[in-house]
Amino acid sequence: MKESGFVRQKIFLKFKKSIFAIVLFFCAFFYAGCPQIKFYGKNENSISITNVSYDATREFYNQYNEMFSEYWEEKYGQKIKIIQSHGGSGMQSMSVLEGNEADVVSLAVESDIERLSKAGLANKNWKTNFPNDSSPYTSTIVFLVRKGNPKRIKDWSDIIKNGIEIITPNPKSSGGARWNFLAAWAFAQEKYNGDEEKSIAFLKNLYSNVKVLNSGARSALTTFVGQGQGDVLIAWENEAFFILKERPEEFEMVIPSISIIARPCVAEVTAYSQKHGTRKAAKEYLEYLYSDEAQRIMAKNYFRPSNAEILKEYEYVFNLDIKLVEASKFGNWDEINKKFFADGAIFDNFYN
Amino acid sequence: MFKGTFSADKNKAIPGFGLSFGITFAMVGFVVLVPLASIPLMFDGYSFKDFWETIADKQAVYAYVVSFSCAAFASGVNLFFGIVLAWILVRYNFPFKRLLDGMIELPFALPTSVAGISLTALYSDKGLIGGLFNMAGIKISYTPAGIVVSMIFVGIPFVVRSIQPVLEKLDRHYEEAAQIMGADSTHIFFKVIFPEIFPAAISGFGMAFARSLGEYGSVVFISGNIPYKTQTLSLVVMNKLEQFNYPGAASIALVMLAAASFVLCLSHILQIKRK
Repeated sequence: MKESGFVRQKIFLKFKKSIFAIVLFFCAFFYAGCPQIKFYGKNENSISITNVSYDATREFYNQYNEMFSEYWEEKYGQKIKIIQSHGGSGMQSMSVLEGNEADVVSLAVESDIERLSKAGLANKNWKTNFPNDSSPYTSTIVFLVRKGNPKRIKDWSDIIKNGIEIITPNPKSSGGARWNFLAAWAFAQEKYNGDEEKSIAFLKNLYSNVKVLNSGARSALTTFVGQGQGDVLIAWENEAFFILKERPEEFEMVIPSISIIARPCVAEVTAYSQKHGTRKAAKEYLEYLYSDEAQRIMAKNYFRPSNAEILKEYEYVFNLDIKLVEASKFGNWDEINKKFFADGAIFDNFYN
Repeated sequence: MFKGTFSADKNKAIPGFGLSFGITFAMVGFVVLVPLASIPLMFDGYSFKDFWETIADKQAVYAYVVSFSCAAFASGVNLFFGIVLAWILVRYNFPFKRLLDGMIELPFALPTSVAGISLTALYSDKGLIGGLFNMAGIKISYTPAGIVVSMIFVGIPFVVRSIQPVLEKLDRHYEEAAQIMGADSTHIFFKVIFPEIFPAAISGFGMAFARSLGEYGSVVFISGNIPYKTQTLSLVVMNKLEQFNYPGAASIALVMLAAASFVLCLSHILQIKRK
């Protein structure tokens, strides 16, 4: 008895240092995780909020954040810092779900926010918290072609012809690409009077012309613009405008007869804003998106403002004659995802 | 009592066996073992039937073909060029030898996405190298050939760095003896040198294969990502993750893990047998 106790003590002594090292390692791990916490939330004279957004809004939010922090400081005499994060919409939503503590999210598709609300991070009724179903601006899907439009692409029916190479991202991984898909679907539904099978065949033809199926909208843009691949890029309207502004000598925009009205949305991630004590700032940050000044900045960044009067001011920029179809015509987003993009659904069957 | 199993020589260069053992154990545990062991935890509420359907899905099966064949081909190429490269680095002197030697490791250091972007640009039909091949009607970027190119890039250091030390230590007297006994140079290579470097070459091949099988960062740029044609396994996993299908992604990941472990095990067994 006595001896075994002695042995046990000896073993303990022998491994004391090992145990010490393991504990130290633990501490190092937690310590490494700690400093992030300080970034968030309140400090008497300054406050910071995090906006997790998708790829195409980078330039817009850079300008908006500056404007909002001036507005906030004037109103409350407090400095506000806005931390900005961009990436594919689905990935961004996933990162928030996994613990990226965003105070607000501004994502490309409703379902990416719906997921957060289902997980209890955002309000159940987030869609009615802000005007226009919580989407401060809309956008649409257009074609970007090479200068002079050598392949004479005018509408959706031109891009399914033989020998046309299309660049569009994979709708399974990219939120923007889902809008692309739905825009083509809207055209096919109109053309074939709602005939399901013919519409599927149309989309199948379209996707058989896709040369590179990038994982996100920005990388598709790089493939088309940077690597010179393909004849046509199916793109966000604002991204197409952006490229035209940067490189007007090389590209042209083509507006199809029908497209989709894309509604990126915003929401407060209440679980985190509550934790950080930033609810008021988060709410005002999103509310201010609807102010006239903010709406004008959106228009300058080629998003279509939700305020009809301001949209009218910029009618020389946007083509307002294009027939825009609401995605809700094809069901709610759960139904759309299940019908088109889930594993084994319509999109997967194109490649069978 | 524990002498021989756990205790260490007090005169070792690095003292504190307990401390270093603890650090090592915790390190390996946190960084390797626990994350790997947690993969099965993702299968919450996933039946074996679901698992089987995911891994036997037609799209997944085609992705196995793409990933495995490209990885095998790329590692084969790496095996050949890796031996040649290691050979000239060890046996010859030439200007900028040290620079070349250092450059071998660049694929380790360079973020793979950076490599992916530059490889894609170079090897596309509008690019510097791809343009030449395009004249002969061969397209590289956005085809399986492109995937192979990026896998060669990430795999080459493994083969070179496994073979190099063995070649350096190889006693040249054996070659001289063989030469005196009348063997010609092919004979010397295949009968004297090759058996010596074979285990190292196999181990390099195994590591390069396992590494390129899971490669995502560079492959995602250079491959066209078209299902059934150029979609790799790592991309299938990403697609599933982005749809929040965690168990689905984990299923495919488990197959990849099993395949990589199998190849690594095989190369170890081959090595042990040689000894």
